[in-house]
Amino acid sequence: MNPTRAAVRAGVQRGLTELRNSFTNAQDLWGYVFPTLILLVTIFFMRGATVPGTGFSLGTRTLPSILGMGLAFGGLITLAQQLVVEREDGTLLRAKATPNGMLGYLVGKLTSISTVALVSMVIQLVPALFLVDGLRLTEASAWFTLLWVVVIGLVATLPIGAVIGSLIENPRNLGLVMLPMMGLIALSGIFYPINGYPGWVQAVAQVFPIYWLGLGMRSALLPDNLAAVELGGSWRHLETLGVLGAWAVLGLVLAPVVLRRMARRESGSRVAARRERAMQQAIM
Amino acid sequence: MTAVELPGVASTPHPPDEDVVLHVRDLRMRYGTVDVLHGVDLTARRGEVIALLGPNGAGKTTTIEILEGFRMRSAGDVRVLGVDPGRGDERWRARLGVVLQSWRDHGKWRVRELLAHLGAFYAPYSTDRIPRPWPVDELLDTVGLTAHAGKRVNQLSGGQRRRLDVAVGIVGRPELLFLDEPTVGFDPAARREFHELVHRLADLDDTTILLTTHDLDEAEKLADRILILAGGRIIAEGTPDDLSRRVAGNAEIRWTRDGERFVHSAADATAFLRELFRQYGDGVQELEVRRASLEDAYIALVHEQESGGRAGAAAVWKQGSEA
Repeated sequence: MNPTRAAVRAGVQRGLTELRNSFTNAQDLWGYVFPTLILLVTIFFMRGATVPGTGFSLGTRTLPSILGMGLAFGGLITLAQQLVVEREDGTLLRAKATPNGMLGYLVGKLTSISTVALVSMVIQLVPALFLVDGLRLTEASAWFTLLWVVVIGLVATLPIGAVIGSLIENPRNLGLVMLPMMGLIALSGIFYPINGYPGWVQAVAQVFPIYWLGLGMRSALLPDNLAAVELGGSWRHLETLGVLGAWAVLGLVLAPVVLRRMARRESGSRVAARRERAMQQAIM
Repeated sequence: MTAVELPGVASTPHPPDEDVVLHVRDLRMRYGTVDVLHGVDLTARRGEVIALLGPNGAGKTTTIEILEGFRMRSAGDVRVLGVDPGRGDERWRARLGVVLQSWRDHGKWRVRELLAHLGAFYAPYSTDRIPRPWPVDELLDTVGLTAHAGKRVNQLSGGQRRRLDVAVGIVGRPELLFLDEPTVGFDPAARREFHELVHRLADLDDTTILLTTHDLDEAEKLADRILILAGGRIIAEGTPDDLSRRVAGNAEIRWTRDGERFVHSAADATAFLRELFRQYGDGVQELEVRRASLEDAYIALVHEQESGGRAGAAAVWKQGSEA
């Protein structure tokens, strides 16, 4: 068998094993359920409110936005987090010591993280449907839009997540990424439309993928007339594709270079040094 | 002590080149302005077990990581399985085994699952002579983990985990295996089993093994040849026997006579004993003659190197062992 094909196959298998391991693990399961609970509580408290300028339920608008945010979060943060943690615990070094192991490792990560992103989406969507109405779930075009937004969203965010994960050496520094991420979420119109914000805030939000993923998911699931209250008064599919596509290109160009550099530097003594440091931090 | 062959004592003609698994000439490593390795020479032939000894900070880990292809060297001619490890491809990688110290990696994986998964990467590199990977059940049996095959990795004890590390290192049936401090945390029984495994790999499978250890007893049991690395140089090299014979000449002789215990240290134990028996004959009881141990040799050599003096002497006897 061709070694590359063997590694890709082993990688997919690896992703599936990781998925199974996480679904049979209380801590990981809680990680899937917890955001859903927050989502449901948020929507529950929004029940009386409406989207400004319309009679449409704010909770219904929030649901697809949160799905988009979850996608961005999963792509950017989950992969970065796992890369940092698994570099520290020696998983990556093991992959490096195995022929084509890095390829298998990455394929495994892409498999497990994309699947988790999809599963999380379903876990959030299904119970939320009992709380909100007005989503266009019976139209084929809605599902088509949902599909392409999810695909381009993962392609735009996963490579950037890999870059972030490669550049962070110490798991404690993940906070440096989490904080700006939280700030971006607040700016990106996930919980409330940003039409009233200053122009420069709107401009900053529109540089990053979170805003566009929220918008894309809204365009898929909300009735067409709600486009009127978005920036520019339209779903702006072309712009969505443009910005997310640019992030995808940037990520796909940068990720292999940064990943290769990160992998080249891994060795037993580096892992041992990180272990020392983590132990000391645990004691202090 | 174990009987060892003397591969270094080469009155026999040089074996063909493909038998040279490790070839290192004048390996140098510098971090910034600090020289860590100042010209390490090392050769290993197929099926040889070589132990790299040395004090902490001597450069053992750096040397091994360069040979593993995990670290770039500053200078020197290095061939590992005929390939420069700085440019080794995946086919080359498939012929190496590296036993890493596990920590928390793959904690949620089951033992059998992990070995099957990692083994799959080696299948395309199977050859007629070396079928890869090692079948999982057989491998589990070999490292003594059959009873724990279904356990999650984070439920294994320290010793079981170390066996798993060894299993991961050999799942691809390596031609060259690197073992960095392999038996740290093993109980005596596990250590003995591990030693049997190393002998088996070297003797039956013709695996070349390079190991580092602080346990001199272990080095003596396992290694065909010992290299002592100190101050970034190989300061001594030879069979365990060679080393202990050459360094400290004095043997320790213990006996009892009329219920009294005696200890004496002599350079020429034979002459001393002849004299002892001539004087007391059958009165000499419970006789023990202990030649200088590898430990004595090691301590003497490292001390010599560290105290800086007599660097010339160490170099001389390194040549002696190679002659």
